[in-house]
Amino acid sequence: MELNSQIKAALADPEKKILLMTHIVLGYPSLAINRQVIEQMVSGGVDLIEMQIPFSEPMADGPVIVKANQDAIDNGVTVRQCLDFAKEISATYPIPFLFMTYYNILFKFGVEKFFQEAREIGIKGFIIPDLPPEEGEEFFALTRQYGIDPVMIFAPTSTPERMQELSRFGRGFIYCVARKGVTGKQTDFDEEFNSYMQRCRANTDLPLAVGFGISRKDDVDSLIGRADIAVIGTRTIKLVEEQGVDAVGPFIAGLR
Amino acid sequence: MNQTTKRGYYGEWGGAFIPEVLYETFRELNDAFAAAKADPAFWQEYVSLMGTYSCRPTPLTHAQNLSRHFGGGQIFIKREDLNHTGAHKANNVMGQGLLVKKMGKKRVIAETGAGQHGVATATMAAKFGFACTIYMGEEDVARQRPNVFWMEKLGATVVPVTSGSKTLKDAINEAFRDWVTRMDDTHYVMGTVCGPHPFPEMVAWFQSIIGKEARVQIIDQFGRLPSRVYACVGGGSNAMGVFQGFLDDAGVELIGVEAGGKGLDSGRHAARLAGRDASAGVAQGYKTMFLQNSDGQMTDTHSVAAGLDYVGVSPILTDLWQQGRVRFAAATDREVMAALDMTMKNEGIIPALESSHAFVQAFKEAGEMGSDEAIIINMSGRGDKDIFTIAHAFDDPSWKEFIRKKGKEYGA
Ligand SMILES: Cc1ncc(COP(=O)(O)O)c(C=O)c1O
Repeated sequence: MELNSQIKAALADPEKKILLMTHIVLGYPSLAINRQVIEQMVSGGVDLIEMQIPFSEPMADGPVIVKANQDAIDNGVTVRQCLDFAKEISATYPIPFLFMTYYNILFKFGVEKFFQEAREIGIKGFIIPDLPPEEGEEFFALTRQYGIDPVMIFAPTSTPERMQELSRFGRGFIYCVARKGVTGKQTDFDEEFNSYMQRCRANTDLPLAVGFGISRKDDVDSLIGRADIAVIGTRTIKLVEEQGVDAVGPFIAGLR
Repeated sequence: MNQTTKRGYYGEWGGAFIPEVLYETFRELNDAFAAAKADPAFWQEYVSLMGTYSCRPTPLTHAQNLSRHFGGGQIFIKREDLNHTGAHKANNVMGQGLLVKKMGKKRVIAETGAGQHGVATATMAAKFGFACTIYMGEEDVARQRPNVFWMEKLGATVVPVTSGSKTLKDAINEAFRDWVTRMDDTHYVMGTVCGPHPFPEMVAWFQSIIGKEARVQIIDQFGRLPSRVYACVGGGSNAMGVFQGFLDDAGVELIGVEAGGKGLDSGRHAARLAGRDASAGVAQGYKTMFLQNSDGQMTDTHSVAAGLDYVGVSPILTDLWQQGRVRFAAATDREVMAALDMTMKNEGIIPALESSHAFVQAFKEAGEMGSDEAIIINMSGRGDKDIFTIAHAFDDPSWKEFIRKKGKEYGA
């Protein structure tokens, strides 16, 4: 099933007022721990998971994810290992999995070859924060050919015209960056945020995910009605660092 | 320059791989730059600023003793060390400063490796009344301490960067992270001809002042064009600056000299185009030849010269290299010290460690040329900033004694 319809089907569940998507950095602290964290996340009720293939220059990420990327690479995790791990995981759980990474990882692997593998693995979408549509001719052609959805990013600085343009390239859902800056800092879900979300809604028909700075149930609650998917990134990385793997399941279950 | 149809590309290199949050910022910057480039009054204002605040035109010095020593081509040195703040970096920074004023922004940020670009940016910010933050890899903070001191005294905040390899590329990432947070009031003064479009084109434009002057000067002093022009290549801004004066002269050979570090076979160097370790990639907002592993992870680079210690290289130079218009060579740390020593003793001139790379290659080749031929070495900066590194490399006993005494004075 395509990502978009999978999301719509999940949203049709009256119990679920909003979907949850979590983020993990592959290889941090290790693939073995990733495996346990994902199990916890799925049992806690997560609807989608984005798996970040680490890159040495994660320009759009904040300190916690930067360090996770770097430690994963220092620990020796390879793109090959990430793909093999993703294959195992996506065969184990019924929820959709996406890859998040920077363009060089695809470029160096061979863009088409990467698409081929991702399709075999069953990956549903790609989030590539440093690939604007202007640079992605080959990439976007391949997303159609291989049936993998390119998730486009809206930012508070995006004009309505730009949102419409991005929306034409995007499929699956739109990732709305909640505020300026990088991942990991707290976001104020205030009036300004409200009008930003209205602008997002008005300029695309795709479901809206909101990420950056979501760390508690209150944050998730305040997104109900404004967004379709709440994205939890840095918070679970910190949770594993501070309280261990077993804290993840209850944390996720408590968000909704 | 071989600008192909796609905007911001040089052959297959360049582009603008930027996060969406900066899309509008880049649109504004492209507009402001296009307007400046199309306005002859802007260039005049720039030249007049550089003539009154810096030392432009910088001299072209005939190095007679070195020329005699090698017994070949006549060696001319383009003296970017005599710019205000001691390097070519001032050219780019003052130009971008004028652009920042036009855009109405109030804060500037920059990355720096050797610290020369940071000092130049802090100077420009002081003069124009901008707030200023400089990102600098922790390793570079340690090895270029005098420049850190001056940046702080000039009123800038210096942020040591502890991620990644703690050098120039990491400082660039950190500057981008600042920019995506505060793009409304902040301009990122990129220090070299790298990064997303329009930076390569913009920085090359401001630095072209070097080549424009050098071309007039060599014809004036020597009567004709040089046979070869040498420049060191970190990101490539001083090289692009001087090369642009001669790009259309097919008879002038252009040579870029990269950091050979401990040697091209050692794995500890920063030679992207002269070595065999680099491959095509996309990082830091642009496509070029990067020193990276087979997964696309950037590798650690090494050079005695902080300003050349970088994984990528200008997309414009990569294109010129691919076309065969610019030849690339590398100089090792050891060769650099020898060339530096020789230049000081013979000419009374102290090149920066970065610039000394260009001297190495010129010295290797000068002897094989006729005495009726001229070469130009672009001396991108002066060596004062490198006093600790150079003294250490020379293992200078009286300097060590001085440091010991100072240490005692501070209770170390
Ligand atoms: C004196 C000097 N020369 C050269 C460079 C290398 O930069 P580029 O290749 O952009 O000229 C630097 C950079 O910090 C520098 O300070």
